[in-house]
Amino acid sequence: MREREDEWTGLMRSAISGDDAAYHRLLKAVTPVLRAAARRGLARAGQPVDQSEDIVQDILLAVHLKRHTWDANAPFAPWLFAIARNKLIDALRRRGRRVFVNIDDFAEVIPSEPAAETAPASEIAAQLQTLPARQREVLQSIAVEAASIKDTAAKFAMSEGAVRVALHRGLASLTAKLREQ
Amino acid sequence: METDQLIRTLAADNTHQARPVGVVLALALLAAAPVSLAIFFAGLGVRPDVMTAMHNPFFDLKFAVTLALAISAITLSLHLSRPEASLRGWAWLLLIPAGLLVGGIATEMMLPQRLPMMTRMVGSNSRVCLTAIPLISLPLLAAALLGLRHGAPSRPAVTGAIAGLLSAGLAATLYASHCTDDSPLFVAAWYTLAAALVTAIGALAGSRVLRF
Repeated sequence: MREREDEWTGLMRSAISGDDAAYHRLLKAVTPVLRAAARRGLARAGQPVDQSEDIVQDILLAVHLKRHTWDANAPFAPWLFAIARNKLIDALRRRGRRVFVNIDDFAEVIPSEPAAETAPASEIAAQLQTLPARQREVLQSIAVEAASIKDTAAKFAMSEGAVRVALHRGLASLTAKLREQ
Repeated sequence: METDQLIRTLAADNTHQARPVGVVLALALLAAAPVSLAIFFAGLGVRPDVMTAMHNPFFDLKFAVTLALAISAITLSLHLSRPEASLRGWAWLLLIPAGLLVGGIATEMMLPQRLPMMTRMVGSNSRVCLTAIPLISLPLLAAALLGLRHGAPSRPAVTGAIAGLLSAGLAATLYASHCTDDSPLFVAAWYTLAAALVTAIGALAGSRVLRF
């Protein structure tokens, strides 16, 4: 457990200093833990646990947009679990349940917990349709078609800088829309 | 969108690195400062005898108290803008301005005074104080909340309250240069009440706008 968390901290440090691959690996590594914690929170609130994926995505977006509040000298896991806990509480509250989420729910998750049935997330896909066309196209190109920034720029006859701006704005407004719903 | 697709998209956006919360907070406060200064100079202005007043240690103490409040609250609010932060081990910062004030009151008690205690406490500017400090602080409070929105506070209401203290501290620093009531008793009564009002507004607004 300890080792896992030290690895996350190292990956996040690399990510902050510009290593996109490390960032990708980090997000991949934390996702099963977040998913297990979301399922546990849902179960405790008497909600169907297969709804966890929207919560996981909500947490990942918040992690991404708030990662500048992580202190690179501090361990990454407590920061991550605090973000996740906030988002989980919000999500359960939106579903009309008041529950207490224990921070240990996250720390105790065993990585080898079996992958259970999970319904596909739908909230981001729905909000994506409300974005301005350019932002939506850029997001879809990178997310669904797995195109690079460069390829996306070529496809839409945009500069790479403009693609980056559209990508970031799109993610930021997706997050804002999810929060308002 | 599948989670793997989202992760890929987030990784592609890794080049976008946001500014630290402290920088955004500072910029927001700097942008709001002219508004607060304009309210202060249009409505009140510095008291005319400020040059002589500066030699009165109780006049100077007002600035020590209000600036200590502002600086402690800024430090606290930046701390609370991190999601894993709690007040534990940090709340004592707010005891600094309170301690300065208590020290001032004790000192004043030991010195011979021309006016009775109640008169010094009630003063002659209480109503102006209670109006001016909240009014001057509002632009700063809005700016502080805007700056802190850039953070990720787990406790939005508490963080909003600290933003209220921060803006009240800055506003009271301006107001102190206008007010002719220099007794620490006056400060303890009226400045505190004014700051409490702004703190309540901050908590209320924070619980709405500081969720992330």
